[in-house]
Amino acid sequence: MRILGIDSSGLVASVAVIDDDVLLGEFTTDYRKTHSTTLMPMLDQLIQMLGIPLSSIDAIAVAAGPGSFTGLRIGAATVKGLAYALSIPVIAVPTVDAIAYNLYGSRRLICPLMDARRQQAYSGLYRFSETNKFIVRKEQTPESIADIIERINIEDLPVTFLGDGVPVFKDFIEKNTTVDYDFAPAFCNRQRAGAVASLGRLYFNKEFYTSAEEFRPVYLRKSQAEREAEERKKAGSGAGGYNA
Amino acid sequence: MKILGIESSCDETAAAVVCDGRKVLSNEISTQIPIHTLYGGVVPEIASRKHVERITQVVDLALRKADVSQKEIDAVAVTYGPGLVGPLLVGVSFAKAFAYANGKPLIGINHISGHISANYIASPELKPPFLCLVVSGGHTHLARVKDYGVYEVLGRTVDDAAGEAFDKVARAIGLGYPGGPKIEKAAREGDKDAIDFPQAKVADHPYDFSFSGLKSAVLNYLNHQKMSGEGISRNDVAASFQKAVVEALTGHVSMALEEFGEKKFALAGGVASNGALREAVRKACEEHGVSFYCPDPILCTDNGAMIAAAGYHEYLKGTRSGLDLNAIPSLSL
Repeated sequence: MRILGIDSSGLVASVAVIDDDVLLGEFTTDYRKTHSTTLMPMLDQLIQMLGIPLSSIDAIAVAAGPGSFTGLRIGAATVKGLAYALSIPVIAVPTVDAIAYNLYGSRRLICPLMDARRQQAYSGLYRFSETNKFIVRKEQTPESIADIIERINIEDLPVTFLGDGVPVFKDFIEKNTTVDYDFAPAFCNRQRAGAVASLGRLYFNKEFYTSAEEFRPVYLRKSQAEREAEERKKAGSGAGGYNA
Repeated sequence: MKILGIESSCDETAAAVVCDGRKVLSNEISTQIPIHTLYGGVVPEIASRKHVERITQVVDLALRKADVSQKEIDAVAVTYGPGLVGPLLVGVSFAKAFAYANGKPLIGINHISGHISANYIASPELKPPFLCLVVSGGHTHLARVKDYGVYEVLGRTVDDAAGEAFDKVARAIGLGYPGGPKIEKAAREGDKDAIDFPQAKVADHPYDFSFSGLKSAVLNYLNHQKMSGEGISRNDVAASFQKAVVEALTGHVSMALEEFGEKKFALAGGVASNGALREAVRKACEEHGVSFYCPDPILCTDNGAMIAAAGYHEYLKGTRSGLDLNAIPSLSL
């Protein structure tokens, strides 16, 4: 089974093709270029380099979110265009899960941190069992860095941090973490489409996939306008007398 | 030749299949107006999310209704600007991936050029050169169409677009969003000579437009009436405001007709649906002995057919976009 992996959820743009247990190719960049100008050319170059027909792809695994709203949408719209044209399923992989999956086989707790602005990170908590089964200990969610570190201290287990939130929160982590911690190295500490595709394969085998039409990014946050409208509603309910 | 046109620059997710740039085989529009009405205008983040949810279904419907398979499409045309960047990126990203996976040429289209090209569908006999006024929620352009896709912009708005002024005034008098159709409806019941709103002229640029002064005049009037305890007639305000906009636009049209002596004039864009504007420009054209063209309202609003029509002429010229095509929110005509 051949799976195309795509991740444009953060600063990284990444595309990969796996064929069962083999990574045929992966193209990852993290250099401040907009995904709308890089993602498709990278895919095209990868496919050309591999010399495989695009029609040989059986499914597309995409980092579905959370992440940069714009980045997620570029990925989602790209995946929809490809999957619709090729009539193949879409596997929505939680972004934070896929980042954690980079550290396959680790015996430590895995804590990915994606910078979510407003002093928050999109984070979760993961580990691999004795038999290397991937265990989601805490599902991905936006949280304050203080809450994340507090939970890790309570867990009282060694932990590895990774993700583009590390440079943002490094000072806080170093000052407040009371357990043994370290930071993952360059080759496996950011989004990688190879990990998205590999995890996608597990999901696909559990029949956890959708169609180009039905697939939606997982923002985990409402738009600012919706949040403000809800706050106004809360504050304004009972005020009465308002007449447009 | 069959072109798939995709448009997502604002709050309509749209796709269409057009044959030879003139014949519409399908024209699907999924509007988000009811959602944005809740917020009094288009919220870019919400619009972007809705586009993602709808884009595949809209393209699929367009192909089905046209009874055309993906393989039978000759090229994919997509709006890449001007417009809201988030919404634009959805259409651009989808179109690039879809064209790539089908091995079809991709053509990035200027949204305003698309509006103008709606006239080629509405009037199959229309050929450049002609003069054109594009008026919509985001754009106000007076241009000479020298050839297909070749424009000389005579004037544009220096502040608000005409449609934007409609939206803002509609909000101020409590009519809500979208302002264009609501003002037009209220204006039918009002006296257009009730209030004398000023028309701004742009110094040294006779073909440019300015609508923010008019908008302010309306707001000042409303404020003054409120302060002095006098009521307002929404219908009179709507009618008097609409008259001021229509006269400003039509004045520029007449000036251009006299100066350039073109024999054909076309109206385009969402505000071209406004009956008062259509009639005033039609009359101005008649007085100058100029043929008047204007698409039906369904082709005036944002739609995929106009993008496919523009795409056809670009295709013939050899225009092709790369896989690095990006959304350009401030793309000029």
